[in-house]
Amino acid sequence: MLWEENIPGGTHWSGLIRRGTALRITDMEGGANLSALFYNPEDKLERYNMPDTLKAQHTAFLTTGNVCYSDMGRVMCSIINDTVGWHDTICGITDAQMIEAKYGQATFQTHRNAMHRNGKDGLLVELAKYGLGKRDLVANVNFFSKVIPDEAGNLSFVQGHSKAGSYVDVRFDMNVLLVLSAAPHPLETKTIYQPAAVKLSAWHAGLADAGDLCRNACEQNGRGFVNTGRYYL
Amino acid sequence: MSQLIESKLDPKKAVLSEVCNAGDPWMAEIRKGQIFRILDLEGNQAVDTLFYSAAGPDERYSAVDTIARQGKLYLTTGSVLYSSEGKPMLTIVADTCGRHDTLGGACAAESNTVRYSLDKRPMHSCRDSFMHALNTCECATHRHMSKRDISANINFFMNVPVTANGGLSFADGISGAGKYVEMRAEMDVLVLISNCPQLNNPCNAYNPTPVQLLVWNA
Repeated sequence: MLWEENIPGGTHWSGLIRRGTALRITDMEGGANLSALFYNPEDKLERYNMPDTLKAQHTAFLTTGNVCYSDMGRVMCSIINDTVGWHDTICGITDAQMIEAKYGQATFQTHRNAMHRNGKDGLLVELAKYGLGKRDLVANVNFFSKVIPDEAGNLSFVQGHSKAGSYVDVRFDMNVLLVLSAAPHPLETKTIYQPAAVKLSAWHAGLADAGDLCRNACEQNGRGFVNTGRYYL
Repeated sequence: MSQLIESKLDPKKAVLSEVCNAGDPWMAEIRKGQIFRILDLEGNQAVDTLFYSAAGPDERYSAVDTIARQGKLYLTTGSVLYSSEGKPMLTIVADTCGRHDTLGGACAAESNTVRYSLDKRPMHSCRDSFMHALNTCECATHRHMSKRDISANINFFMNVPVTANGGLSFADGISGAGKYVEMRAEMDVLVLISNCPQLNNPCNAYNPTPVQLLVWNA
């Protein structure tokens, strides 16, 4: 174990995660949502790309064996273990208007740090610390959340999908600027503002070897890891 | 599949009518209230499309806002294209195809190496068309647009079904020659198109073809 960090429900966090480090992300209370974006700190125009991630792996969600691709065809991070089974990639984040419409107003003036926070402002605050802004805010991963489509494409949020103590282990295959918000999912059906806390636990996992589960999950991932490997030669 | 809605607009009365050849980019400004039509001239063509607020490209089409705010994955008549600020940018008012993709994004040299083979990098791609347009079209250069402004695009006429199990596939196209989608601008917008040159999958039936762009005044 290298370090641990608690992220109270609703709040935001960012940090540089070195290549070969893994994070266990734990849902501390059940029903958490952790919105995540990934950037290459050497070239912040290289960032997590939702469509490239989904179409390379023919999936609309993420779980064990899946990786997150940058727009440059490289594997940024990999899901090496997962007790949740489905992490949303397509629904984005809440903004201030959505949070107020759903949960009412709770400002810093009246609620201090129990104020209602939204995903967009949280991510923008963290992005701004690195000189990034709205133009860098792209479709994100929502860890712990599940949204399923019917045949016509109508979406349903699965309430109670992630239980207290559920976790996902994410290994970082590039140096990654990780930007997080633990604000509610935009399609969350609970009408009280009660975002769950998550915990990050970092350890040194090392690089993906030849027999790595994520590298071998599909041919596409094998080529993605080649691209990532070449970048660091 | 949703009900197909035809338009009553007469192409002879369009104030703009241009053909975008296979593999080419196209950019234009569309004013609030104008009607914008994309016509699939020969069928099964994917039209990779991004929209920006003409007032400033910081506000742009947002796939995730469009999906989450309507609780729906696919686009057709009645769908609103939402911006990253949660505002309606355009509303689809006619559609003879029936379904348009929000998840597949654009092909790129780099993603082609992952999806097909490491030696596919030299093949022409949508992102190359986007990059070329942003660096040469006056409507982009005076706004100082760059790769930073490229986010998940719409693929008009492309069929990317998602199953209840979360599987995603690139299915055979449901478009055909003469099918079109038409939308009303709810704000002044800048449109950026790549008429997709992909030759490695069935999104263009392995044969990229031209599309026509038309604009009518309100």
